[in-house]
Amino acid sequence: MKKSTMKWLTLVLAMIMLLAACGGGGDDATEAATDAGQTEGDATATETDDNEADAPDDAADAPAGEGRYLRSNNPSEPGSLDPALAQGTHESWILQHSFEGLMTYDKDGNIVPGMAADEPVISDDGLTYTFTVRDDVKWSNGDPVTAHDFEFAWKRVADPDLAADYAYQVFYIEGMEELFTGEDVNGDGTVATVDDVGVKALDDHTLEVKLVNPTGFFTELTAFYTYFPVNKAVVEANPEWANNADTYVSNGPFTLESWEHNAKILLKKNPEYYDAAQITIEGIDLDVIDDDNTAYQKYDGGEYDMLVSIPPVVIGEMVDNQNPELVLGPQAGTYYYNLNAEVSPFNNPKVRRAFAMALDRETITQKISKGGEIPAEGIVPFGFMDENGEEYRNKMENSIAFDAAGAKALLEEGLAEEGVTVDVFNDMALLYNTSETHRLIAQAVQEMWRTNLGINIGLENVDFQVKLDREKAGDYQISRAGWIGDYADPMTMLDLWHSESSFNDANYNNPEYDALIDSIKASPDQAFRFEKMREAENMLNEDMPVVPVYFYTLPYLVKPNVEGVYKTLLNFPTVTYATITD
Amino acid sequence: MAKFIIRRVFLAIVTVWVIITVTFFLMKAIPGDPFRKEGKMPAVVYENLLAKYGLDKPVTEQYGIYLKNILRGDLGASMKSRVETVNDMVSRGAPVSFQIGIQAFIIAILFGPALGAIAALFQNRLPDYISMILAIIGISVPSFILATLLIQYVAKGSEFFPIGGWGTFAHSVLPAVALSVMPLAATARLMRSSMLEVLGQDYIKTAKSKGISQFAVIMGHAVRNAILPIVSQMGTTISNLLVGSFVVEKIFGVPGIGRFFVDSVINRDYTLIMGITIFYAVVLISMLLIVDILYILIDPRIKLTGEAA
Repeated sequence: MKKSTMKWLTLVLAMIMLLAACGGGGDDATEAATDAGQTEGDATATETDDNEADAPDDAADAPAGEGRYLRSNNPSEPGSLDPALAQGTHESWILQHSFEGLMTYDKDGNIVPGMAADEPVISDDGLTYTFTVRDDVKWSNGDPVTAHDFEFAWKRVADPDLAADYAYQVFYIEGMEELFTGEDVNGDGTVATVDDVGVKALDDHTLEVKLVNPTGFFTELTAFYTYFPVNKAVVEANPEWANNADTYVSNGPFTLESWEHNAKILLKKNPEYYDAAQITIEGIDLDVIDDDNTAYQKYDGGEYDMLVSIPPVVIGEMVDNQNPELVLGPQAGTYYYNLNAEVSPFNNPKVRRAFAMALDRETITQKISKGGEIPAEGIVPFGFMDENGEEYRNKMENSIAFDAAGAKALLEEGLAEEGVTVDVFNDMALLYNTSETHRLIAQAVQEMWRTNLGINIGLENVDFQVKLDREKAGDYQISRAGWIGDYADPMTMLDLWHSESSFNDANYNNPEYDALIDSIKASPDQAFRFEKMREAENMLNEDMPVVPVYFYTLPYLVKPNVEGVYKTLLNFPTVTYATITD
Repeated sequence: MAKFIIRRVFLAIVTVWVIITVTFFLMKAIPGDPFRKEGKMPAVVYENLLAKYGLDKPVTEQYGIYLKNILRGDLGASMKSRVETVNDMVSRGAPVSFQIGIQAFIIAILFGPALGAIAALFQNRLPDYISMILAIIGISVPSFILATLLIQYVAKGSEFFPIGGWGTFAHSVLPAVALSVMPLAATARLMRSSMLEVLGQDYIKTAKSKGISQFAVIMGHAVRNAILPIVSQMGTTISNLLVGSFVVEKIFGVPGIGRFFVDSVINRDYTLIMGITIFYAVVLISMLLIVDILYILIDPRIKLTGEAA
């Protein structure tokens, strides 16, 4: 009996050791959550009861403010909350609430002064911008926001050691590209140093910027997160300032209260923000759940006040039922198919145009993607205002309207010119990355091309990275792509097809087009720019390097008791001025 | 025994080294890299990123640097997160996955063998059929369906069970349940067939004929012998549970390390791929070693190689 007791004891002991090792870890996780101030358990308990202000149980203070935290979900874990290092919407959504640039967007989507006291003063040649920073703006730690912070932040973006993804966004400024690459880009025999570049704080409130070209959208660009300021003193003292809520300093309506990786991000109202008096919510409580079904269940169950990451099936249902909680927010982006111009017969514009005209985009958006997207009418989506403040798209023709007969005729002409028949497409494939939506659209498009053009192409589903690799290598015939604009000017779409653009995967190479784009970039005159941009887009519509499918929208959900949430063209919905009536 | 353990540890180190090497070169062989994105990425920015993470060096040199860092315990910086290193990510996520894994394991080990034993004892009668149908359902239903059903029908209406997230014990229950079903069912089936085999043995008949009570026969002889196959595959089972299930963790929004196994490859986050692989290899090898030792302790008939009986 002794021996077997020993054996059972050993077994039990082993189990206890395992449990102890792991139980300790579990407790740490729970403790970390409690320290952060609000555990999920507490949140759920109070929220399902659905009564009074849900201020988190902060050890130090429990502000019994008039408002509460707005709850939602950030679909993906941010790689960094440092504006210079941000790469996408899973970071920028938080940044647009915690920082503010020289310019910002108002609730109607207009570009208005933010940290700047007024619009910038622009020299006649369009190369020098002078911004004045407001007197009354402060960082969340009480320091005043100065022009030095902007100078420091922008130069930092071009620091090659920082290796920012969006470093190129500051290359519009003189010397920045040279600073980044360490090479003599403008061929003047010298390489710009950090003191030479074209951004200088003339004093605490005056920032002077010198551009390489008269970039007509530079004012708008200062609202983009790469151009947000950072607190120079804080960042110089601590390069890891953005990794921790304790050391995080920002100048926007909210600041970072806590960040539990892959779990929860809390933003709390920044009392130093100049417009703090207008903000009624106490903060923003974001889960980091990347399964959009689970996030939707939480919204449906009353645990969120709004939601951006909605399962496509749910969007489809809500569009059909005209559910008032669904808002189809504007978005400046185009979903398109690249046609590799280096693969015959896609070198022929008639063939390419035929492919574009053979698509019934209404059916695709209403029956297949069902996300409230807008059938594309060209390359530049809706939402961009022209030199008269009017919708740019409205003055452009829809040159890719569905016309099956016309498409077939055009294809035949094009193929004849190239000396081939429709059989040339038999070995070709439409490349798309793994996603249910991409697959459904690709299947529909394949069928439309078969029915309307009589061609048989295959479909090829690859992993996203593999697709990017093959596009860069030119190893594809047709591939699915999309691009969402960075700034509110059609150039954000049009310059993609400059022959030297790093995203010109279709390998479109038209010297006339390049010259047009270059001339637009060299001019400060908005009337001239827009006239030429229309010309450029018309050229693209003639040549059709890519087949636009639809213009993106950004569907999001808002509970009926929440008001004041708005979406500007280029950002995720802004919740700063939301009011919640519980 | 000591010699046995030392040999096994040495073999473990060699195994981990082989795993590191094969994974490293396989990983570099697939197309794509961490920095390509769908959009503008000027060559200078891209090359700068490659240089920052040492990806512009020849592959063999990268491998050497990586091994050197490993020996210092440094799993490297993640290529996707600028805030956490791979060490941070693994040490933050592992306890979470461990907790759910252990809970799932306890559920599986408490109910699995019991279910299987009942099925064996009542062979071909109602309890057997019910148990086995439950087991088949448990094995066949994919965990993401179970997880989604649990959220929809248990968590949504409940005040105790949260819909996803992490922080309290309540958060860990449903993920553990979802994760436990497959091992529970598999263990039940295994226990059933093992028990049936054992119950047919002569020594069981002997014990019964000696007048030992049915309960004592079952617990003292049948279960103890029948549990051996389960113990031997326990090593793999528990390792898989401990490193977290990608699907269950994703659906419940649990910040464990399960997500890293898939996300790191999708993102081509090389250092994280390596870090996770090493972590899993170490966990698996350790569990297998522990299980082998337990096995020896349970069954005196098992001899170690090179050990006198």
